[in-house]
Amino acid sequence: MSLFDAMNIASSSLTAQTTKLNTIAKNMANANTVASTPEAAYTAQAPLFRAILDGQIDPNDPSQLGVVVEDIVEVGGPARQEFNPAHPLADENGYIYKPDIDAATEMAEMMQASRSFQNSVEAINTAKQLALRTLTLGR
Amino acid sequence: MTAIDKALGISPQVLALRAQRMNLLSSNIANADTPGYKARDIDFAAAMRQAEVSQGRVERTHSAHIALSGSVDQPDALYRVPAEVSPDGNSVDPTMEHQAFMENALRYQASIQLLDNRIKGIKNAIKGE
Repeated sequence: MSLFDAMNIASSSLTAQTTKLNTIAKNMANANTVASTPEAAYTAQAPLFRAILDGQIDPNDPSQLGVVVEDIVEVGGPARQEFNPAHPLADENGYIYKPDIDAATEMAEMMQASRSFQNSVEAINTAKQLALRTLTLGR
Repeated sequence: MTAIDKALGISPQVLALRAQRMNLLSSNIANADTPGYKARDIDFAAAMRQAEVSQGRVERTHSAHIALSGSVDQPDALYRVPAEVSPDGNSVDPTMEHQAFMENALRYQASIQLLDNRIKGIKNAIKGE
């Protein structure tokens, strides 16, 4: 157990939150992607976080504390049907299908992810300072 | 236990415990968004008492063995009693964890300062200045 473990744990969170931010960016970018069938429409995605606990894998390895992105799952509801016969992608009945993405929810998730990212950066910085201070013991 | 170990006092154990607590707290911060994660912490007072008792508990089966100091047993990580649990089962309160992390870091620095002063004192004594 050392201060480097604290840094590793916090940096696992940086990776996880970056994945979350990427997923949110993907959702936002595809909010207006139109498809001809409900199946082909984009579905909102979200990362599934899982804690790596020390007791779960190897109780003696502290580097196994932290968080990982276990999977990226589809969380969006069914595609929204919209009547727009003039659209080039409209099906034979004149419908197009838009993904069920709520911009407000995505923005809130994004802010949460960015706050968590900041918290972890802060933790890494503090651990770094303490490690540096320890190195200068007795000087 | 050698004289120099004694001169350093309990500070090495304190530092080891503080570093372990820091790992737990940063794990809490890292898992602030993980569904079902329960915040954990160590009972520092109890861990400290245990460290004091187990000081020099590593057995020396030969007279030439050197006592191992500054090491502590892994204290038990206990679950925090949460003020509020989010619907996904996560019991981390980010602000509280942040505060605990900072407090732990400050106290770590205080111990470092103490240890630093002791080391300087020993150095002075050795030099005889």
